[in-house]
Amino acid sequence: MNSLSLGQILRRPEFGAVLSFVAVITFYVAFGGVSLGTLFGAASWVNFAANLGIVALPVGLLMIAGELDISIGAMIPAGSMSIAILSGYYDLPIVVGMLGALGLGVLVGLANGFLAVRTSVPSLIITLGTLVAVQGLVLAGSVILTGAASVPLEAPTWAKAVFGQLILGKFQVIILWWFALTIVFAFVLHATRYGNWIFAMGGDEVSARNAGIPTKRLKIALFVLSSTAASFVGMCGAIQFNSAQVSGGMNYIFNTIVSIVVGGVLLTGGFGSVVGIFLGALTFAVVNQGIYFTDIDRNWSNLIIGVMLMAAVLMNNTFRQMALSYAPKKKK
Amino acid sequence: MSDNTPILELQNVDKSFGPIDVLHNISLKVRAGEVLCLLGDNGAGKSTLIKTLAGVHKPTRGTILMDGNPVEFSGPREAQEMGISTVHQFGGTFPLMSIGRSFFVGVEPTKGWGPFKVYDRKTANEIAVKAVQDFGITRIDDGDRLVGGLSGGERQSLAIARAVHFGARVLILDEPTAALGVKQAAHVLRIVNEAKRRGLAVVFITHQVMHAMTVGDHFAVLIRGAIAADFRRGEKTREEITDLMAGGETMADLEAQIESYMDAHEGQPPPPAQ
Repeated sequence: MNSLSLGQILRRPEFGAVLSFVAVITFYVAFGGVSLGTLFGAASWVNFAANLGIVALPVGLLMIAGELDISIGAMIPAGSMSIAILSGYYDLPIVVGMLGALGLGVLVGLANGFLAVRTSVPSLIITLGTLVAVQGLVLAGSVILTGAASVPLEAPTWAKAVFGQLILGKFQVIILWWFALTIVFAFVLHATRYGNWIFAMGGDEVSARNAGIPTKRLKIALFVLSSTAASFVGMCGAIQFNSAQVSGGMNYIFNTIVSIVVGGVLLTGGFGSVVGIFLGALTFAVVNQGIYFTDIDRNWSNLIIGVMLMAAVLMNNTFRQMALSYAPKKKK
Repeated sequence: MSDNTPILELQNVDKSFGPIDVLHNISLKVRAGEVLCLLGDNGAGKSTLIKTLAGVHKPTRGTILMDGNPVEFSGPREAQEMGISTVHQFGGTFPLMSIGRSFFVGVEPTKGWGPFKVYDRKTANEIAVKAVQDFGITRIDDGDRLVGGLSGGERQSLAIARAVHFGARVLILDEPTAALGVKQAAHVLRIVNEAKRRGLAVVFITHQVMHAMTVGDHFAVLIRGAIAADFRRGEKTREEITDLMAGGETMADLEAQIESYMDAHEGQPPPPAQ
């Protein structure tokens, strides 16, 4: 029963993501004249994928649980500004800055989570509210405290080594964080009971609650996880580039949602996989950054992303139907 | 079996929501190994009655007895812990989860230790498949199949098997056959019989008289929140029951009434009843 047949591979949620990844690369090789060696040797798209992927993992889990978090768009600059103001402008130890950045993530996550479980307002609207609110808070706070919208940060060597150095001169160390977090998330979602709860909650929240799952606590925890992850990405960016800006991060909102959906997660919840989310981020990054290595004008990249999203969603629907209608052959 | 104390009993239960009385003076008993059929048209108060039995609503007046002792449920969880399980039309199952995973939602079997406690897929699948097969659904033999791929009857059966596996003593089935075809419904009725054979008390809610007559031992007809008739198997014919459900008048009488009203009022249909 454990052997992987072709049919079993076809029915996995991430199969569509694998196809998208291969299709995009094939397209670039065939029509863009890109050489595979150059593409896989390049760091830009892997760096891009890692930053995107770390945010996409917890947001993807939230989506599987039936919720959405778009406030991550504001949490990324909020994370980098927090550490830059605390440790750069006020010269506090870097650890204080890190705790400040991650703590802000936890706070915003708690706010999102409590609002989501206490009210019947859809999480899209709630996190839209916190998105704009955090944006305002960061801009106003930065101008009041430092008088500028951009703050320099000089991180000590050890912090740079862990969060913001370049490996082999081009690969951001955050890539390793992305790999590690993917393994942790995959374990939690697919191998522990908490993962089962997340799937159940996204499938049918009332039934899940009746079955004794602490749906409210679980939901709050997931919101905390996603905004803290976004804050973490912002923090690493500030350490890496020695400065932080109040703007930016908005692109992440759509980029994460696209890569999660391409990765085979059902937008309405209850279905998906961590490997899929991982591959979704990778595919998105290849389309977005890989285009620079091709002969194709880079203005076309959004068109390709749009087409890929549609194709991936249609493909994922088909595979989900196949998974649903699957029955052992002998009894048919 | 039938002369011991009822597992679940309602004594003169009233339920009102503010000024609106929904249930009046309901008295019911259900014993182990017995199927009580609750019949009633839409709006007769069936769902309120189920929710009262399942601990969602508290009765305004009257008592609920379990094994002869008065009980008061703080909520559906407590009722569930005492062995009252409700299975709804689509049975609290998750279409995009595997049979094994959905069977054990909230009570997942794990192996390993500490932070490395892993969901035990193999055990979960084996137990789930066995529990369903014991109910005679032999077509389910792979616990990795998604619940959404099962037929309506199989899903119902899975939900019932799940309730029984986790220690239900009273099974409340809310219109389990309403959305099913003839064959599928027969499937579910067989499961109901099996549950009865195992000594569960079953409360079977339906408005399909045929289905009720196939499995029921005891029947109660609910009209506007009150029990209009209470009888045992074989005491009434199918036509009599259908007429009872339609409000105590035969369909023929009703049609005649409407016609005579229309004759007297230049073809206008009668206004709705107060």
